[in-house]
Amino acid sequence: MRVGVIGVQGAVSEHIEAARKAMEKLGVNGEVFWLKKREQLKGIDAVIIPGGESTTISRLMAKNGLFDKVRELGEGGLPVMGTCAGLIMLSKEVIGATPEQRFLGLLDVRINRNAYGRQVDSFEAPLRLSFDDEPFQGVFIRAPRIVELLSRKVKPIAWLGDRIVGVEQNNIIGLEFHPELTDDTRLHEYFLMKAL
Amino acid sequence: MGRFEIIEMKGTERLKRGFAKMVKGGVIMDVTNAEQARIAEEAGAVAVMALERVPADIRKAGGVARMADPEKIQEIMDAVTIPVMAKIRIGHHAEALALEALGVDMIDESEVLTPADPYFHVDKRKFSVPFVCGARNLGEAVRRIWEGAAMIRTKGEAGTGNIIEAVRHVRLVSENIRLIQRMTDEQIYGIAEKFAEPYLRLAIEVREISGLPGQVLENEPVYEGHTYRDIVEGIYKILLEIKKLGRLPVVNFAAGGVATPADAALMMQMGMDGVFVGSGIFKSSNPPKMARAIVEAVNHWDEPELIAEISKNLGEAMRGKDIAELEVRLEERGV
Repeated sequence: MRVGVIGVQGAVSEHIEAARKAMEKLGVNGEVFWLKKREQLKGIDAVIIPGGESTTISRLMAKNGLFDKVRELGEGGLPVMGTCAGLIMLSKEVIGATPEQRFLGLLDVRINRNAYGRQVDSFEAPLRLSFDDEPFQGVFIRAPRIVELLSRKVKPIAWLGDRIVGVEQNNIIGLEFHPELTDDTRLHEYFLMKAL
Repeated sequence: MGRFEIIEMKGTERLKRGFAKMVKGGVIMDVTNAEQARIAEEAGAVAVMALERVPADIRKAGGVARMADPEKIQEIMDAVTIPVMAKIRIGHHAEALALEALGVDMIDESEVLTPADPYFHVDKRKFSVPFVCGARNLGEAVRRIWEGAAMIRTKGEAGTGNIIEAVRHVRLVSENIRLIQRMTDEQIYGIAEKFAEPYLRLAIEVREISGLPGQVLENEPVYEGHTYRDIVEGIYKILLEIKKLGRLPVVNFAAGGVATPADAALMMQMGMDGVFVGSGIFKSSNPPKMARAIVEAVNHWDEPELIAEISKNLGEAMRGKDIAELEVRLEERGV
């Protein structure tokens, strides 16, 4: 299995590490690599868009040609997971975006960027998952908020209390929080199973 | 449902260090007003540093440089959607509390401003807001991390447009890490004792003034309730982590002298996680172009053809200063 973590800006190495551990747990052979150029998308099985600054990631992905190609592959069924800024990148509608920002539109959700406030409002809290009984520690850093699901194809996979904080739409996963900042690889495993 | 009760934790070490991880691979730009902040955001900056003057102008103006007017910082916070950082004087606990209350995303306890405390830095563990601090060498870096800094940057020599001091600081830290990796844990403990010595300066000076021998007691608190031995143990733990990781355990940026895309690429090639650009952008002849070019250079640091392309026709970079001609060496502030 070949998994690429979009490496233009943000917490790239943390996702590479987490995806490697998840593969090991699933007993899958393969590689996880730093994805910077469009040529590296050839023969790829899954893509992760990390947390970072969505304005920066959007600008650099458009500039180096990753933007159009990832959108095309995602529309064609390639598993793509986005966390925090990555979720913003995947979304169809974004409140609070800058005029230059572009989005992949692979996930039928409306997002409010930086909805939780500034860094002093960042928080950790246990979440409930759709596919496992054990809580998952959610790490929310200047997080975006899923304010509306725009189609029935979108299914919740993580909740904070009764609020949806993680969703999937067939091959696409979007999370408001950062599983890559914990040692818990369950969400990475769940994602990689889509590529098996 | 008991296990899913919403127990929110704020200001944890993971959230503070995590915030710094989200700016990796990015450029943080000094800005002095809303217009510059918007130029930075549009160019792809991951954050901005809100200031009244860029370091080159602080240098020129002389006098005491303090925390920026909160009104000014607020104006910049309102102008952009990316994180906003601001500087406090070294050891100025009250400025730090004020900026935390204002809601800045990260505080830079900075040698660019005039130091407030001749002995100590702020105890950053007491804050929910994350801090970044400058360091010239591994000792300074480890002391700041022990005090709770979530991110380290080289001090370089701010406001000069001269990269030599930033290069020096990267080299001193990397070489020291390599040295530690060749040492036994016992030898590393000795380094921890050496690195903890600056915390004794106040206690020793007080004894000198009182005509007493300079022997500090084992159970005597020397910094924020910690004894020298506590500090040594804390620093020792951090050094062992560094030995294992082969790098600092927090995000590490270059700062102080980055003036061109090639400077930024050099810092990335030397293993930095990203760069701060102070005077380099808004003291150049075409700031929007220079800003975009430095962002792209950090992204493409390992692609020389692109660095060449990016560096074309940028207009004039900031004028720059030889270190030997400086009247004030900012990097010497705050050990």
